[in-house]
Amino acid sequence: MDIQLKRGLLDVCVLAAIKDGDSYGYKIIKDMKPYVEMSESTLYTILKRLELSGMLTVRAAEHGGRLRKYYQITDVGLGRIESFKEEWREVMCIYQFVTKEDNLQ
Amino acid sequence: MTKQDFIAELRARLSGLPRRDIEERIDFYIEMIDDRMEDGQTEEEAVAGIGTLDEISSQIISDIPFLKIAKEKVKSKRRLRVWEVVLLALGSPIWLSLGIAAVAVILSVYVVLWSAIISLWAIFASLVACALGGTVAGVLFAVMGNALPGIATVGAGIFCTGASIFFFFCCKVATKGIIRLTGIIALSIKKCFIRKEGA
Repeated sequence: MDIQLKRGLLDVCVLAAIKDGDSYGYKIIKDMKPYVEMSESTLYTILKRLELSGMLTVRAAEHGGRLRKYYQITDVGLGRIESFKEEWREVMCIYQFVTKEDNLQ
Repeated sequence: MTKQDFIAELRARLSGLPRRDIEERIDFYIEMIDDRMEDGQTEEEAVAGIGTLDEISSQIISDIPFLKIAKEKVKSKRRLRVWEVVLLALGSPIWLSLGIAAVAVILSVYVVLWSAIISLWAIFASLVACALGGTVAGVLFAVMGNALPGIATVGAGIFCTGASIFFFFCCKVATKGIIRLTGIIALSIKKCFIRKEGA
């Protein structure tokens, strides 16, 4: 898959993983696992990028005697998910058109 | 591999990078290993699960912009020892002049290429001037009664007009070629530097 495209998709995946409530690194990876495999290094890069673009905020909280970082989605992040859905409705239409003949066979 | 060993090895591999970037990432990996262990994995499994040291270190290095790395490199360079300073000073007549010569060679290549272009366009300009001048002067000659030389001059002017149109396209092609050539030269010089940086 095109690298730029995949990057954008994974960004939205991570946003979706924290959409319904704050989450932490390992949980994000576990929640995404049935749909998409992601390594810790990739996740770090994405989280950093999303934080810098204001789509999520980070806070550290104590957990079992150590600090754990929790990620919280912002309104900008929620907006990104919505615009993703919009864009992909169009993409899915195109996909259906492209694969129309395959389906007839 | 234990968590301690893993972190120590990772830190060693990233020692040339900006400290703040490294510590933040290492904290992230520590948290990941701890969370995996809390989830029931053994320490060994947790460390193996977050990926190999090669993968992680190359991902981190590729994430950090080249300029930041270069800046760090310059900053953390040790101070030169006395004998190194002495050698540099003593050797300066050699390396300084070699350096200047190299720059001069590159510069003269550019000058030669561009002077060829400038002279081609100068020929074009003189052809245009001859075309205009020849035609006007020829007409004047003819009007003033010198019919034969007048017609000859007009002919020369028309010939120059044709030649200048033809030459215009030659100049255009040559200029494009030279621009591409200078681009290629600049790129290969840059590549030489990057190779030296990487070595």
